[in-house]
Amino acid sequence: MKWIRSFALFWYDFVVGDDWRVAAGVAVALGATAGLVHGAGVNAWWLLPVAVVLLLGLSLRRAVTRAR
Amino acid sequence: MTGVVLVLTVFLACAVEAVEALTIVLAAGTSRNWRSALQGTAAALVTLAVTVAALGPAIGLIPLRALRLAVGALLLVFGLQWLRKAILRASGHKALHDEAGAYARQVAAAGAAAGGGRGVVSDWYAFTLSFKGVLLEGLEVVFIVVTFGTSQGSVPLAVLGAVAAVVAVTGVGLAVRAPLARVPENTMKFAVGIMLTAFGTFWSAEGAGAAWPGADAALLVLIPALALLGLGAVALLRRTRPPGGPAAGTGAPAPVGKGSTP
Repeated sequence: MKWIRSFALFWYDFVVGDDWRVAAGVAVALGATAGLVHGAGVNAWWLLPVAVVLLLGLSLRRAVTRAR
Repeated sequence: MTGVVLVLTVFLACAVEAVEALTIVLAAGTSRNWRSALQGTAAALVTLAVTVAALGPAIGLIPLRALRLAVGALLLVFGLQWLRKAILRASGHKALHDEAGAYARQVAAAGAAAGGGRGVVSDWYAFTLSFKGVLLEGLEVVFIVVTFGTSQGSVPLAVLGAVAAVVAVTGVGLAVRAPLARVPENTMKFAVGIMLTAFGTFWSAEGAGAAWPGADAALLVLIPALALLGLGAVALLRRTRPPGGPAAGTGAPAPVGKGSTP
């Protein structure tokens, strides 16, 4: 059981890293892009770059605030 | 994406990880047993090569759009991790990775550990230390080689970039017989973070169904735009750097410095 937990934690840390909100934000942004493209017929190529700027900015802000 | 960009991205990512793996192997070899340390390194490299050989063709069977969505999302999350840490290090909010310090700690720990071997391995500790170090540092490289290679339909070209980096770092490491403390790891990590984020954004948006204006040429805008964003973030965060912070006194110009695994 301990081995499985360690294995899962390793892969979580490997893929998600320090800030799970970034991974969650990317998933939400991709879901919204797919929804706009396939649901509303909007070519939402611009949504992901905007999300990247916001997610990186917020993640950096959290890291800096936490370090103080 | 041209083959040159693919090879360069994999080369940079692999070189960063190879420098860190070299530190561990040097510590195991010099303080314990060179033969066992090299056996551990070889075993880890074989494991990584088998992983690439198995995953490459398997991932290649997935339809391109689904592959680009999944691979792009993973690369984007991965790239943002690299970029975030590189920015924090370059701006002085996170301590720079000290390769010489890491080497000294590994040597001290290896010297204090008990000896003993099994079968053809005369020093199990040196073998395990090298194997674990090379395998863990190499996993990120495998991830990048497989995802970049399959998305562009050129795993061999990605492998070429990885092998070139390992050969270059090993060659320099053997020549100086010391950890490569002067390699600008953080600058390399910054560049790789930008490339992974740019390709991740491009591929995942395509996989979600969006069409980029200018098709592949959009990458020529995305990459410099992300570089500017990163450099701007470094400049901004440097203004708020705490006095006597983690990297105070390093004088690392943005984003030059050294980093470690994200």
